[in-house]
Amino acid sequence: MTTTTARPPDGVEALRKKRSSGIGSGLFAGLSTGSGALILVVLAAVAAFLLIQAWPALTADPADLNAGVAWFPADTSLLQFVGPLVFGTLLAAALALAMATPVAIGIALFISHYAPRRFASGLGYLIDLLAAIPSVVYGLWGVQVLVGENGIGQPVQQILNDVLGFIPLFAGTPARPARSLFIASMVLAVMILPIITAVSREVFLQTPRLHEEASLALGATRWEMIRMAVLPFGRSGVVSAAMLGLGRALGETMAVLMILSPGMTYSWHVLEAGKQQTIAANIAAQFPEANPLGVNTLIATGLALFVITLAVNMLARWIVSRRAEFSGAN
Amino acid sequence: MAVSTATPTAAPAFQLEGVGTRRRVVNGVMTVLVVLAFVLAMTPLISVTWSVIAEGFKQLSPYFLTHSMRGVVGGAETGGIYHAMLGTVLITLAATVISVPIGLFAAVYLVEYGKGPLARWVTFFVDVMTGIPSIVAGLFAYALFAVLLGPSAKFGLIGAVALSVLMTPVVVRSSEEMLRLVPNELREAALALGVPKWLTVVKVVLRTAVAGLTTGVMIAIARVIGETAPLLLTVGFTDSINRNLFEGRMMTLPVFIYSSWHKGYVPCNAGDLACNTNINFERAWAAALTLIVIVMLLNLVARLIARFFAPKTGTH
Repeated sequence: MTTTTARPPDGVEALRKKRSSGIGSGLFAGLSTGSGALILVVLAAVAAFLLIQAWPALTADPADLNAGVAWFPADTSLLQFVGPLVFGTLLAAALALAMATPVAIGIALFISHYAPRRFASGLGYLIDLLAAIPSVVYGLWGVQVLVGENGIGQPVQQILNDVLGFIPLFAGTPARPARSLFIASMVLAVMILPIITAVSREVFLQTPRLHEEASLALGATRWEMIRMAVLPFGRSGVVSAAMLGLGRALGETMAVLMILSPGMTYSWHVLEAGKQQTIAANIAAQFPEANPLGVNTLIATGLALFVITLAVNMLARWIVSRRAEFSGAN
Repeated sequence: MAVSTATPTAAPAFQLEGVGTRRRVVNGVMTVLVVLAFVLAMTPLISVTWSVIAEGFKQLSPYFLTHSMRGVVGGAETGGIYHAMLGTVLITLAATVISVPIGLFAAVYLVEYGKGPLARWVTFFVDVMTGIPSIVAGLFAYALFAVLLGPSAKFGLIGAVALSVLMTPVVVRSSEEMLRLVPNELREAALALGVPKWLTVVKVVLRTAVAGLTTGVMIAIARVIGETAPLLLTVGFTDSINRNLFEGRMMTLPVFIYSSWHKGYVPCNAGDLACNTNINFERAWAAALTLIVIVMLLNLVARLIARFFAPKTGTH
């Protein structure tokens, strides 16, 4: 080793070692790349297998569907069957979003700009706990606290109906017990609150300090500073946060399944029972006892849900990623 | 931040002197609204916690945790959730075994190897995949096994596949964050010593990040352990203990909560003291309490690991 003559074999061995490790390196790199690619494959497989299993229903004659599936209405095509479900899904998610977004923005502002710095992360953790509660527990809770005899759902619905009954959304007879889309959306709103809050909070915290200090130095109150510096800066982030929340709300199953009294109409009366149903809740309700053609029909509706949520999520992520490049520049 | 919190105390008189009444009122109203928003969000959290604890303890007992529902009928206050806990543990473990290697390798790919369009596509679609509705994941697993084995197959592994579709993107995302935290100097030092790249990743990068990776995996487990809908579709429910992931229906805690609740009130004969009309609801709440305790414990342990075993960067 100390002599010069020992060097060449040493170098040779190093070379040999390098070559043998090349196999390890290649294998490892291959495994890693393969796993990355596998994720794309899985996403494609989700679409492909749903399509394969939905195919019999997609190509079946409406009359056959009506004859073969107990709950399939007469004189209806598959498209006409999915229509009210898509409507109910979108309505429930939109209502949940309308309730959750202002509150989430408030919480995000509270954590990022109002609460003492020391408590900020702890308060954020408290909000995240809302996301840790399983949806079936939210369902149990909603039925007991909001829907039931002594629940707060009935008085809330009655007040909305009395005061805002002239708006079609709140017209009609409020449901008793309160198994309405409105109450289901309230629970959905609680469930999507954490994700909207988390993303908005991150964006608000990124507001350039100089913008905030400048507006305060010009004599702005704290709210004016937020309105003029923080909110404009965070607008696109809040939009994408809301869309992520929308994606969650669209696919939520258990809470809606347990609370909502289902119906298959295009009704805007969200306080009434037995008017709307969502795709996810309908699948969970019918799937366990469906016959093969019924399963195919349900998977066809699931495919519709998949396409809708995929589109919403892709749009939201696209906005986020565009923003990330933008904020990386400054 | 320091500025905004310091303003009111540092120079209130100076600042508010020139502020008109209307602006001051608007500022005050908005402050109240922002605080109210937070209080409003805390209400359901407190209410859920209170309901679960108050209702859950009615039936929760060592007997309840160590017995199944086999042969339990009517309003008898016997039976328990042992079979459901077992099913939840087995299916979640199987889902973890499937998704952790894939998720970890994908994260390694993104951090250590990923360049070009494939890496961009993977990053984007991992994010998109976190938004897949759980019921769609359930339908996918059902459809996959229906094509492979024919329809009406229901066993634990299908549920595990469904859960791993939901779990993998969470593992990728959190592992990726942890791997990016490993200082580049460590990689460079190892590579400069002639260590091949894959050994650098295994022995240096992964070892440094192991606490963070564990935390991420545990949070991912906590995320999927409460999933109901996909298991309802793929694994079904049963009253008996089933230890075999590859055959027969299996009960899980979330599905137990739902099916128990779904059974509703038990009709009781007047004067039958052993019959409890509410027994199904009480069982559902007790199972919910158990599930929430498990989820919270997972979250807590994950955070403790992150705090105490975090890599010491730049402090010495």
